[in-house]
Amino acid sequence: MASEGKKPARRGRIRPWAVALWLLVWQGASMAIDQQILLVSPVRVVVRLLEMALTAELWTSIGFSLLRIGAGFLLAAALGAGLAALSARFSRVEELFAPAMLAIQSVPVASFIILALIWFSSRSLSVLISFLMVLPVLYANTLGGIRAADAQLLEMAQVFRLPAARRVRYVYLPQVLPYFRSACQAALGLCWKAGIAAEVIGMPDGSIGERLQQAKVYLNTPDLFAWTLVIVLVSLAFQRVFLWLLDRGARALERM
Amino acid sequence: MEDIVIRSLCKAFDGKPVLQGFSATLPAGRVSCIMAPSGGGKTTLLRILLGLEAADSGEICGLAGLRLSAVFQEDRLLENLSPVANIRLVNPRRPRGEVLAALAAVRLSGCEDQPARELSGGMRRRVAILRALLAEWDVLLLDEPFKGLDEETKACVLAFVRRAVEGRTAVLVTHDAAEARALGAAQILTL
Repeated sequence: MASEGKKPARRGRIRPWAVALWLLVWQGASMAIDQQILLVSPVRVVVRLLEMALTAELWTSIGFSLLRIGAGFLLAAALGAGLAALSARFSRVEELFAPAMLAIQSVPVASFIILALIWFSSRSLSVLISFLMVLPVLYANTLGGIRAADAQLLEMAQVFRLPAARRVRYVYLPQVLPYFRSACQAALGLCWKAGIAAEVIGMPDGSIGERLQQAKVYLNTPDLFAWTLVIVLVSLAFQRVFLWLLDRGARALERM
Repeated sequence: MEDIVIRSLCKAFDGKPVLQGFSATLPAGRVSCIMAPSGGGKTTLLRILLGLEAADSGEICGLAGLRLSAVFQEDRLLENLSPVANIRLVNPRRPRGEVLAALAAVRLSGCEDQPARELSGGMRRRVAILRALLAEWDVLLLDEPFKGLDEETKACVLAFVRRAVEGRTAVLVTHDAAEARALGAAQILTL
């Protein structure tokens, strides 16, 4: 066969030529409009980003938001996985949390943000909002993974009287981890979007959201784009690092 | 250990009877063979003995408190684990050296540490058989254990299994009476 041994093309992959083409379109549109306040050019955004990188403000803002949004995500990941395990084991737990999960999924994020601002300080707002956005996703996917565990392997474990710890480690974990991983992948983007939205509304001092809001108030389009780029980069880096650590952990577990 | 007595066991799926008043005595310390045509209820009977299925009526005496082990119709191995790890998963107290010797006895030397997903069907079958034999058990249930093995390998595995079940209680489900004879079955029951 002609195609034998040839690697299949990776669909949906980001290709440099496609990125370059879009940047050119952006640059062209910016030059055509010729008003930086309406559409800043990509070159100006990069220049502004480099200027910001030399200031402490950028790094402290990244640290502020990263710490809080990351904490919200990690808390939700731990609690979501734990609750899913309990729900799979005890149907009453699932029944108890079903309305809560549905409510979290259905209530608009803006309502949560406003409520949270009434109840708590705006400094911890992004922890709570990213936690709330991520929790149902991780809970539902992990529970789905546990439910989809191979029934034949579970019977094998039952017949050979495998202790609970070994059952979890060898039978459940390898089957649930792919579900958990894909949930994390989806939730990582979500928590950054929701967390930053919360900061924009709550404007806690020193956060990325506050910088974004200030850029809007002063119609500082280069700053607005530069901060947006910062959010995208930090969110992607956080996603990559977290998934890399998760994959490393999974491989280490496999070798144990 | 006493004999296992099965009395008037009945089981139906969606109203279709699979076992209809099956009774038998499985003598302790001996191998019993169960034969029946496909769909005759052999696997259902083993599943009831293993506690994986509840009978609609009837009773089983003499099985309470006993440690069971089984070779299922499917291999049911953990794909990421090696043969040694799969076997020691169900009995970590079994020394690695003993497991390696057992693998060698059924011609599985050289693949001890390969993940199960990389093994051929016949190799996986042998690992599943060894897992059941090397577990801690009082009663061993074998559901068509030699399916998919070529004649030469089957003879080798049969000899190993025969040594392992000597003087112990085992139930073999098969279509092949020769397998029952090779294991020295004390009785052949038909469903």
